[in-house]
Amino acid sequence: MARSTYSSMMLDPLIDENPIARQVLGICSALAVTTQLQPSLVMCLAVTGVLIASNVSISLIRNWVPSSIRIIVQLTIISSLVIVCDQLLKAYAFTVSKQLSVFIGLIITNCILMGRAEAFAMQNGPKASFFDAIGNGAGYSLVLLLVAVIRELLGAGRLFGVRILPLVTDGGWYVPNGLMVLSPAAFFLIGGMIWALRTWKPAQRERELTVHIESLEHDLELASARGASAAPAPRQRAA
Amino acid sequence: MSSHYLSLLAKSIFVENMALSFFLGMCSFLAVSKRVSTAIGLGLAVTFVLGITVPLNNLLLHTVLRDGALAWLHPSLARVDLSFLVFLSFIGTIAALTQIVEMAIERFAPALYGALGVFLPLIAVNCAILGGSLFMDQRDYSLAESTVYGFGSGIGWLLAIVALASVREKLRYSNPPAALRGLGLTFMVTGLLAICFMAFAGIQL
Repeated sequence: MARSTYSSMMLDPLIDENPIARQVLGICSALAVTTQLQPSLVMCLAVTGVLIASNVSISLIRNWVPSSIRIIVQLTIISSLVIVCDQLLKAYAFTVSKQLSVFIGLIITNCILMGRAEAFAMQNGPKASFFDAIGNGAGYSLVLLLVAVIRELLGAGRLFGVRILPLVTDGGWYVPNGLMVLSPAAFFLIGGMIWALRTWKPAQRERELTVHIESLEHDLELASARGASAAPAPRQRAA
Repeated sequence: MSSHYLSLLAKSIFVENMALSFFLGMCSFLAVSKRVSTAIGLGLAVTFVLGITVPLNNLLLHTVLRDGALAWLHPSLARVDLSFLVFLSFIGTIAALTQIVEMAIERFAPALYGALGVFLPLIAVNCAILGGSLFMDQRDYSLAESTVYGFGSGIGWLLAIVALASVREKLRYSNPPAALRGLGLTFMVTGLLAICFMAFAGIQL
């Protein structure tokens, strides 16, 4: 395969095919661990590491796995890798592993892993799968770190626990934005990010036409259901 | 004693809502919330599977996996600690159980299969299910507590996804900026819903 294919495999998932913003995969952890930069960085490394190892090993055995049990095989490989990752973190980075609590275990059900295994590693050789894993891991990390930087900087005035903006309580000028520390902030940030990305790259927008047709169909469905069951139901309820 | 279980139930439904305060099961939460009817189907399936797998994994944890849990089998096994196998065995239980439940429902309750069947394979990789079992392990619940916790968090997830689906059904008629349409707007609505659910956090139980 040409060199440009490998580089596009690695670069496409950063912006054009970003796993979080475009493919809507792996959102759970993106939202939950991003209040601080340090655990998010560990999370990115863990996910990318497991993704590379799982993609390569699934692609190596792809020709011997019967398709009827492929999901359970993939799950077994991924969860064994996550166990290794969890034990490593407990041994060498215990405080961070406590902070991440169940979210390391939840890498198993992170849709990026299953998604890439199913969509890419089952059809391609180990070398291509390796580059695909690096690209998708990087795309995931990009969004995660961006959200974490914004949340830690605006929410606590720090980055990596180091004071950047002097807080009012310590005699500085910055009043921390309490919303950023709370969970909903992550939704707003990622929503805003998707908005910005789709303004920049209109090709990623969801097409308006289909939405309208869908809603029309839906209206028809509702109307027919109402007509079939009990026509004056809304009026009766009001009375 | 029963008040303890009642407060655990209320806590797992509202205060510690799986979807809106721990962000678990987000992938299907965002993908399957376009219609209220499908949202109810998926929500019921999640409640069902959570209610069964959490106590089942609890049994597994206490009879096999815990440090020294194998002592009942033979005294020489009293020092065996299999807790590193927690992830693998939990996900194995969940995957096997969803498969069995799917087959059983198809055989004995075809009507229910029509409503829930398509969602069951999806659920094996739903993080809310694995998350429920992992939280049960972390918080050291007993068998009865984990049953209550499993059902409660399933109902909480059901409430959240039905709420989001009803908002999204109405959003079809709104006119947002083209780039915000769909996913972007869904994220923001979910954020607002999460803020609403935070009001429950002040409740002391």
